[in-house]
Amino acid sequence: MKQMNWKELPHAGTILDAGNADGYETGSWRSFKPRWIEENCIQCLFCWIYCPDTSVTVKDEKMTGFDYKHCKGCGVCAVECPGKKGNKAIVMEEEGK
Amino acid sequence: MSTTTKEKPVTLKTLTNKQDLLSGGHRMCAGCGAPTVVRQVLLAIDEPVVISNATGCLEVSTCLFPYTAWRVPWMHSAFENAAATASGIETMYRALRKKGKIKKNMKFIAFGGDGGTYDIGFQALSGAMERGHQLLYICYDNGAYMNTGIQRSSATPFGANTTTCPAGSKIPGKLQKRKDLTRIMAAHNVAYAAQASPHNWRDLMTKVKKALASDGPAYMGIVAPCNRGWRTQTDDSILLSRLAVETCYWPLYEVENGTWTINYDPKDKKKPITEWIKPQGRFKHLFAPGNEWMLEKFQQIVDEDWESLKKLQGTFGR
Repeated sequence: MKQMNWKELPHAGTILDAGNADGYETGSWRSFKPRWIEENCIQCLFCWIYCPDTSVTVKDEKMTGFDYKHCKGCGVCAVECPGKKGNKAIVMEEEGK
Repeated sequence: MSTTTKEKPVTLKTLTNKQDLLSGGHRMCAGCGAPTVVRQVLLAIDEPVVISNATGCLEVSTCLFPYTAWRVPWMHSAFENAAATASGIETMYRALRKKGKIKKNMKFIAFGGDGGTYDIGFQALSGAMERGHQLLYICYDNGAYMNTGIQRSSATPFGANTTTCPAGSKIPGKLQKRKDLTRIMAAHNVAYAAQASPHNWRDLMTKVKKALASDGPAYMGIVAPCNRGWRTQTDDSILLSRLAVETCYWPLYEVENGTWTINYDPKDKKKPITEWIKPQGRFKHLFAPGNEWMLEKFQQIVDEDWESLKKLQGTFGR
């Protein structure tokens, strides 16, 4: 994301663009990456409600995957995932493998 | 007696249609419990909301000038005065509403960590509750000053190892038990005081709705595991908040206009406190030979608090 210079910065410590941290990439922090296995997913949406980084994407009331730009790879979703018949729908994999 | 209304049960499916009011890209640590708490709180609210934030992890990491993760009006002024700031905003809102300049029904929330609530912001919080502002104060409790490097606070549990009560040859971690702020807030005779945990999102959201619907000030303490300070894995924040409730270290209860209700009673399934403290590195020394008395004392503290809470429900319950 572009760094603002002193002329562009808003005055008096105000931020006028709400939620502009969205442009900041925290995905580079990740050493483990969640992978979604759709056939094991029961759409319980626990991953979505427990994600600290708003990084589980949902559409039409269904989980659709991950926002890897912001996901820090904490693994909370994988731990909380109930899966189907004991098979997790989210597994953590090492980055770059 | 109760002025709060019964809400229709919400489901996660319907909640996904709401916009997340805390964006990604904030710099809280991976696996932090606090942003999960904030997301759940904000998802529970239907009205426009204004937030005041005490200094702490949540404040410094979500709002790095000139970027903010908040999609709601948000203000930070200092460490100690989140409640006073929220009081001021709420008073201005009432004045403008009286003059007819604001027509909307708005809600006011102050967020603080346990340091900014139990210790530094306590006077401002107590004042705001006594003056009876229409606001909800939420303390996300991770049990130490995590932002500045894990110093003990009055919310730090007995026996925990922090940088200002380090476990070593002189002392075995913190020697005092924690302050029970939720009960102190209930003693202010506020309209609503409650304890919640992010693992039980439905309970947490119902409590936020009740707190905001109640006539008068409200307080909520929410446990927020911190993997840096608790010395745990990044992926077990929800697991640990669940265990905190199941061991009765962090009982889920609410006080509505003087009526005490325990929302979750594990009964004979109450787990020993060791299940909660075993995964946490800050309690590692409790399992060392010679420190058995600390485990016993910790269990005794938890049991006594739980028993006294049940007595309160028995005396002042429905």
